[in-house]
Amino acid sequence: MAEAYIYDAVRTPRGKGKANGSLHEQTSLQLATQVLQALRDRNNLDTSKVDDVVMGVLSPIGEQGGNLPRIAALNAGYAETVSGVQVERFCASGLEACNIAAAKVKSGEAALAIGAGTESMSRVPMGSTGGSWATDPSIAMKTYFTPQGVSADAIATKYGFSRTDLDQFAVQSQQRAAQAWKEGRFKKSIIPVKDQMGATLLSHDEFMRPETTLQSLGALEPSFKMQGEVMPGFDDVIKQRYPELEKIDHVHHAGNSSGIVDGAAGVLIGSKEMGDALGLKPRARIVGGASIGSEPSIMLTGPEHVTHKLMKRLGLSKQDIDLWELNEAFASVVLRWVQALDLDMDKVNVNGGAIAMGHPIGATGAMILGTMVDELERADKERALITLCIGAGMGTATVIERVN
Amino acid sequence: MENFKIDVDSDGIALITFDVPGRSMNTITGSVMRDLITLVDTIKTDAKINGAVITSGKATGFCAGADLGELNQRGSAKQEEPKSEDERLKKQFEQSFTLNRSLRAIETCGKPVAVALEGLALGGGLEIALACHYRVAADNPKTKFGLPESKVGLLPGAGGTQRLPRLIGVQNAAMMILQGADKSPQEAKGLGFINEVVPAGGTVDAAKAWVKSTLPWDYAKGPNPKAIAPWDVKGYKVKDGPFTPAGAMAAVGGNAMVSKQTNLNYPAQRNILSCIYEGMQVPIDAALRIESRYFIKTAATPQAKGMIRTLFVNMQALGKGGNRPEGFPTYEIKKVAVLGAGLMGAGIAYVQAKAGIETVLLDVSQESAEKGKAYSKRIVDKDISRGKITKEKGDALLALITPSTDYSLIKGSDLVVEAVFESPALKAEVTKKAEAYLGETAVFGSNTSTLPITGLAEASARPKNFIGIHFFSPVERMGLVELIMGKDTTAETQAKAIDYVIKIRKTPITVNDFRGFYTSRCFGTYPAEGVEMLMEGIAPAIIENVGRQCGMPMGPLEVSDSVGLDTALKIGKTNAELNQQDYKKDPRAAMLSWLVEDKGRVGRKGGKGYYEYGEDGKPSRIWPGLAERIEVKTKECPPELKTELTKRFLFRQCIEVARCFEEGVITDPRDADVGSILAWGFAPYSGGCISYIDLFWGTKGFVEEADRLADTYGERFRPNKLLRDMAAKGETFYERFGAKEKKAA
Repeated sequence: MAEAYIYDAVRTPRGKGKANGSLHEQTSLQLATQVLQALRDRNNLDTSKVDDVVMGVLSPIGEQGGNLPRIAALNAGYAETVSGVQVERFCASGLEACNIAAAKVKSGEAALAIGAGTESMSRVPMGSTGGSWATDPSIAMKTYFTPQGVSADAIATKYGFSRTDLDQFAVQSQQRAAQAWKEGRFKKSIIPVKDQMGATLLSHDEFMRPETTLQSLGALEPSFKMQGEVMPGFDDVIKQRYPELEKIDHVHHAGNSSGIVDGAAGVLIGSKEMGDALGLKPRARIVGGASIGSEPSIMLTGPEHVTHKLMKRLGLSKQDIDLWELNEAFASVVLRWVQALDLDMDKVNVNGGAIAMGHPIGATGAMILGTMVDELERADKERALITLCIGAGMGTATVIERVN
Repeated sequence: MENFKIDVDSDGIALITFDVPGRSMNTITGSVMRDLITLVDTIKTDAKINGAVITSGKATGFCAGADLGELNQRGSAKQEEPKSEDERLKKQFEQSFTLNRSLRAIETCGKPVAVALEGLALGGGLEIALACHYRVAADNPKTKFGLPESKVGLLPGAGGTQRLPRLIGVQNAAMMILQGADKSPQEAKGLGFINEVVPAGGTVDAAKAWVKSTLPWDYAKGPNPKAIAPWDVKGYKVKDGPFTPAGAMAAVGGNAMVSKQTNLNYPAQRNILSCIYEGMQVPIDAALRIESRYFIKTAATPQAKGMIRTLFVNMQALGKGGNRPEGFPTYEIKKVAVLGAGLMGAGIAYVQAKAGIETVLLDVSQESAEKGKAYSKRIVDKDISRGKITKEKGDALLALITPSTDYSLIKGSDLVVEAVFESPALKAEVTKKAEAYLGETAVFGSNTSTLPITGLAEASARPKNFIGIHFFSPVERMGLVELIMGKDTTAETQAKAIDYVIKIRKTPITVNDFRGFYTSRCFGTYPAEGVEMLMEGIAPAIIENVGRQCGMPMGPLEVSDSVGLDTALKIGKTNAELNQQDYKKDPRAAMLSWLVEDKGRVGRKGGKGYYEYGEDGKPSRIWPGLAERIEVKTKECPPELKTELTKRFLFRQCIEVARCFEEGVITDPRDADVGSILAWGFAPYSGGCISYIDLFWGTKGFVEEADRLADTYGERFRPNKLLRDMAAKGETFYERFGAKEKKAA
């Protein structure tokens, strides 16, 4: 089987996912288009060599619907021969897109592919595509459907993380992200988003609050107490699956959960031969990827299971991984993963994560994959594992290895 | 047609009178369903008929819904054996869809059909009304409109889950159907499923007036454009379906609410939501088919069978004296004396006065007796302030209660209820004192939950007239009364006591005189099993949550707290004394001793027990100090463990009930089932302890599983000889002990 190499990775800055966010004034099609154009321009790419654009989108409806990747490729001026496919694996859509692109290269179906992700949460809100899990009684009840926020609180309760533990982690995320920006650690892959005139619309992650302290977080009200305890009372639903929980501590709030933002990212993945032919220098190798399902009501413990699954298949042990990256959907998710795998926090999310910078759902996986390519090079490390927790109890992970 | 009469007036409006022969109330029988087919055909094809008004020939109201007795039998009727499961299901569908087809035919007949509701319309009765084009109700706040099917584990199967949400919105309809809630005519109009409310007696005229307003119409041109349901208008779409902005949150929230309230024990509740979820996404005809499929699926569940039998058929039968010995005239009860004006006596006085019985409430001091009456006043005042009763009625009720210390006032009483402290000596004293004034034929009832009746009857000069009348607290809210037959109690006394219980509008069951009788003895096994689990090192939260989730009203440790840990310790000590043992050798008693004697935790009344209690007297959290004594070994509860603990809770209680049958404590499965739900809240979805064995497991399956539990957890789960015998014969309790065989014997 062929190897799949990463030749380049780019991402937009993340704009606040609200009507007053900078990227709200630009279409999702433009976000995706500018990512594809950047990959082309930075690599002087003959786009006719690109076999496929695989793009993660959480909410493929409205302007994000109707096969956004193909339309964006056309809009970006890519060759007509470039096909596009949109994938959705909830929060890991972007990483799954990269895994699929890599698998296509490894199998020989594609010689060059782009794994990508786009999400304008300010323009196409979460939940726009519906879905049966929460609404159809025949599945909602038997799987104890619980919204993620309450699930994240249940994780904190079950595994013993206090509000202070979570807030400390959140402050750390802010500090690390601020440090990373200050030192220009994201510089290599950030592409400013242009407005309708072609002027710069946004060139930095605008969601961050580097001034955050434990004290300032302490003032925030819990976000999921109401839906957990009162209307409609999801605590009693998840307790049916976890009777060991006497009471659920509602410890997550806006400051220790991921932010709602807009953004897009793309990763150029190809075979050795194609890279050589195009004169591209490989930056990393995709060692392997995996996905898994786990208990859906607590929902967000999939990363632990998929990490085990992938490392076992690749024959890797903990010592083989230098950098660990788990999307910071909620602070308890990361703390539980670190606890379950007994990881060294100094190697986890070293440049901060979604608590500080936000989580543009369909794009995040592709973004943090790129971040890890940069960080392996900057810190002179060898291997990184990237993973995300996913709705309905799934987990997706990827291991990459630096090649120069 | 034997059930419908048609009179066509000069305007061509047919007045259709629904009047099932030989019944005081219209119900939907097989014969009604057959007649409906003819009726619809007549309305549609008879050229003399321009429109129709349906009304009832009964003073009791329009229609009370399906005949549940008949429905319950339907499954057992001998029919041609279907060739496959698929064929069987499709036949059932056809049978069940008959009514829907007729109602749909009324709705689409092209001629205006209004319904005139002078009185109640429930279940299928309301569903008939919903299929008409216009509904008029008489303005009587006591009239009830509702779809109560879910209360007996069923769902409305004649369009109720489809027409009601389309008329009044998904959220309102879902609430009404899930709760089986009744609405008054004004409420119904406010919600939007009654078009017009008129003074009593005027519904037919108003309905005719509406029909007339749609006329004249030349039917040669096609259907009358006014005779069309909103959902049959071209372009109609449900506004608040699950994938609309208006309906999405309601769908998600509805699932969570039902999940939380039912712990997934009631399939009808989930299936009602499925009918609405799926039905709102398709046109009405498809939606009705979906509802019928769910109806059949739901009716086949053991929950539906158990709930219909126990909560409807049996409860109604017992409430009408179904278990009363035959051959004695109804005992007229006009005056009853209550001895002891404590919490129990006060409650008994209230329910008696409420039923119009002249009540003498006696205690040792006038002050105590007055205090007992004040209990009734508090309830009455509250009811008056909430508009539940009028001031006059409240005053009349209170006037029936005479608080006193004078035993001579007992003279002329038909019955005495003794409700003094649980002390044999005291009870003997008041028995003698009271009997001095009591007529020869009057009944003496002793309210006790534990003391043997035969022993108490020794104080009586007339042990044949002496019976145990076990009330539950709080008396005004608990629906059951357990009657206990002493050695000498006669059938006539039993009949009289049953008449009394029915008169105070409670449900009587009769048991024999064994330690703990029926309810106290069996109820105690639930908290006892909780303590076993605690001693095994299962986390208390798991025990409590699983206890509630398997359908019990409280966790077992919370129950222990309510009963009182000191009480439990006292019983443990007495038992040990009887067996000449050191009570502390029993680890359970030793733990109770530690809790009560070392830690001062006596339970809820002391604000400290297995739980900690807030200032409101409600449990705030499980006492963390338990960990000092019991090491928690099982900290997680995966589904397999939950299933196992659920079985332990339910089997333990059911086996005790089976033992009661073998020992002769109780003899009628109806008493056992109704008693288990009303007395101690045994998982109501099961239809009671006996139905749980019969319908959820079958005696054979139950015995196998109980043996496994006994091998794993101890002999307390071992099935008795009776169960084994029944399992070998493949008998159910209702077959072996049911009313039918009794008569034959």
